[in-house]
Amino acid sequence: MASAPKTGIPAGHADKPRSGTIAVAMSGGVDSSTVAAMLRSEGADVIGLTLQLWDQNRLAGKPGTPDAPKAGRCCSLDDVYDARRVAETLDIPYYVVNQQERFEHDVVQPFVNDYLAGRTPIPCSLCNNHLKFDQLLRTARQIGAERIATGHYARNEYDPARSRWILKRPADLAKDQTWFLFGLTQDQLAHTLFPLGHLTKPEVREIARESHLALADKPDSQEICFIPGGNYKQFIANYLEEQGRELPDSSGELVTTAGAPLGHHEGIHNFTIGQRKGLGVTSPNPLYVLQIDAASRNVTVGPESELNRNSFTCARANWITIPSLDAPMRVQARIRHSQSPAPAWIEPSGVEGVLVTFDEPQRAVTPGHSAVFYDSDEVVGGAWIL
Amino acid sequence: MRRVYMDANATTPLLPEVVEAMRPYWIEHFGNASSIHQQGQRARTAVDQARETLAEFFGCHAAEVVFTSGGTEGDNTALFGLLHPGDHLITTSIEHSAVLAAADRLAHDGIATTKVDPRPDGLIDPMDILRAIRPETRLISVMLANNETGVVQPVEEIGRIAAQTGAFFHIDAVQGAGKVLIDVNRIGCHVLTISGHKMYAPKGIGAMYVRKGTPLDPLMVGGSHERRRRAGTENVPAIVALGKAAELAMHGLESGVMHRLATLRDRLENGILAQIPGTGVNGAGTPRAANTSNIWFDQLEGEALVIALDLKGLAVSGGSACHSGATEPSHVLMAMGLDKTRARASLRFSLLKTATDADIDYALEVIPAAVDRLRELAPELAGTAG
Repeated sequence: MASAPKTGIPAGHADKPRSGTIAVAMSGGVDSSTVAAMLRSEGADVIGLTLQLWDQNRLAGKPGTPDAPKAGRCCSLDDVYDARRVAETLDIPYYVVNQQERFEHDVVQPFVNDYLAGRTPIPCSLCNNHLKFDQLLRTARQIGAERIATGHYARNEYDPARSRWILKRPADLAKDQTWFLFGLTQDQLAHTLFPLGHLTKPEVREIARESHLALADKPDSQEICFIPGGNYKQFIANYLEEQGRELPDSSGELVTTAGAPLGHHEGIHNFTIGQRKGLGVTSPNPLYVLQIDAASRNVTVGPESELNRNSFTCARANWITIPSLDAPMRVQARIRHSQSPAPAWIEPSGVEGVLVTFDEPQRAVTPGHSAVFYDSDEVVGGAWIL
Repeated sequence: MRRVYMDANATTPLLPEVVEAMRPYWIEHFGNASSIHQQGQRARTAVDQARETLAEFFGCHAAEVVFTSGGTEGDNTALFGLLHPGDHLITTSIEHSAVLAAADRLAHDGIATTKVDPRPDGLIDPMDILRAIRPETRLISVMLANNETGVVQPVEEIGRIAAQTGAFFHIDAVQGAGKVLIDVNRIGCHVLTISGHKMYAPKGIGAMYVRKGTPLDPLMVGGSHERRRRAGTENVPAIVALGKAAELAMHGLESGVMHRLATLRDRLENGILAQIPGTGVNGAGTPRAANTSNIWFDQLEGEALVIALDLKGLAVSGGSACHSGATEPSHVLMAMGLDKTRARASLRFSLLKTATDADIDYALEVIPAAVDRLRELAPELAGTAG
């Protein structure tokens, strides 16, 4: 472990002592396990915490869902087992914290309701805002820890000049998770460590190996953690059935931008902006979903060129480098995890709203997603696309 | 750091006398109690002696004692061994899952179960048992002392109801054994289950009283061990240990150990109630096992308090651990009518019979401080954590 890089615990902030217990949010994956190993090797007082968010057996056996949960999704028994084994290897106290009800209320239900309203949600951001950096941090502080550390790829530094905590893109841009973290408050950032922010994934795996963690080669998880198999439409149907709710009838018409009907669709929750497959209509040229209108249930389709938009508004902003957005600001904006930040102007719009105007039109601005604004490698803030 | 263990209802350590008693039976007297030779005879003698001690402990004949692997096996044997399709079972909603899950499985075989709810103080009203009787009621299964609240149930009155109606009567005495004097003839039960590790004997050993002539089908079949009531080579060292633990338990009950424990328990309870506002006792005003106290704390989550106290060296429990290790609200407290928030905010303190005044002092030192910190950092509890 001698070669393990330091975690970069900020030293400068007067009311943030270097000492104190650190609670590591352990998912059972390589990243968070390595964080625990790194902090332990530096001699920090470490506690492992795993959030139990969803019972993977809940919808097991229903159509489209595996009978038995597979590893590699949050809260599967295998993942808890892996996290516990890491804690045992590192000889740190380890606890599983039950947050299933809160997860269902703050993440799963909004996820379902967003799709039913024609939006495309990002459950990971909701989970970060409501569970990981809210409830978990609170629990950690309640049990005597000063801060939490997570396995996210992001950097987090205090800037005395601005008197603000600054969230930055990580060294490994391919793993950049800042798009999911824009909702962090100053208080949350002040009590959070991202020890992997200056490492690449291969380096992290190497540290895991050097730390004798048995899961050093465990594959990354990609899917939405509570939807094993990845079929979100089936999940929504199964979840509503479990809740004794009917899948609301949101069937309607597929229409062109001129309003001409092209055919019938089974429900607006089956569509995402930019979607090409599964539209159920044939056309000489490829058609894409351009707009989903929950009120009329119309799904507008058209050529790819019409997917591009210059400007859009978003709401419920959270600001990181600035206290608030009071004047137009030059940023690079990012409207999906996989998109590179693109030059744009942002300006205040209505109550807590933000008008975003790209220099070059961007593909598939998706309501329910977030727009995150960057200034070079700093996260200025972000907001939810309307 | 000082560590104080107040989770005796989860498990107990072995008493030194118990370890000494079983020690020769690992290497020196290792024989199979069924063998003809002298090694076998030596083992047989040890098992017979332990059986006689257990007979004294139950107040029955030695031939009515059956050694098992523990409480779950005993509870399962009582239900699976006495009930047949078409029969009706009466039990309570505050039983251990070894009874409740067995009843759930029996439902698939056409065996109906009535689960009687307790009164708000945790006591089962015998009249509710009587009201649940049907012509096809074959078995009544009730626990002696509740594992979470310590409430001691009126089993003798229920025994009279069983006798009047001709039903078999099973007592889950896992939590009562060693804390409450057991006399199977006074109780009027046909089957009674105990577990070694709740009474200072090892895990993996238990015993049942089975009244002579009771048509109890064995769960395990094979050899003719235990008068064909339980096949499998006798676990001789553990049986010897259980015999010694039962002997010590009887001696302790005679010499007032429980009176001493009740004094300590009351000091702990009164100290918490006096020092911490927004607290109360679950099961107050009932006859309770002398070592057990279940206390609710307003405006906090019990799970976090359990962790905080553990990190301060005090081992207690709250709710019941689910498969991952996360805590679920106690089904016992919910059955008593507590709302979910209060059930989640309840902790069980269960003293070892070796508990000291210094242990109570330590608990009264760390609990108020931990509660203060939790409440200080608690969200407005009207939130979503429910």
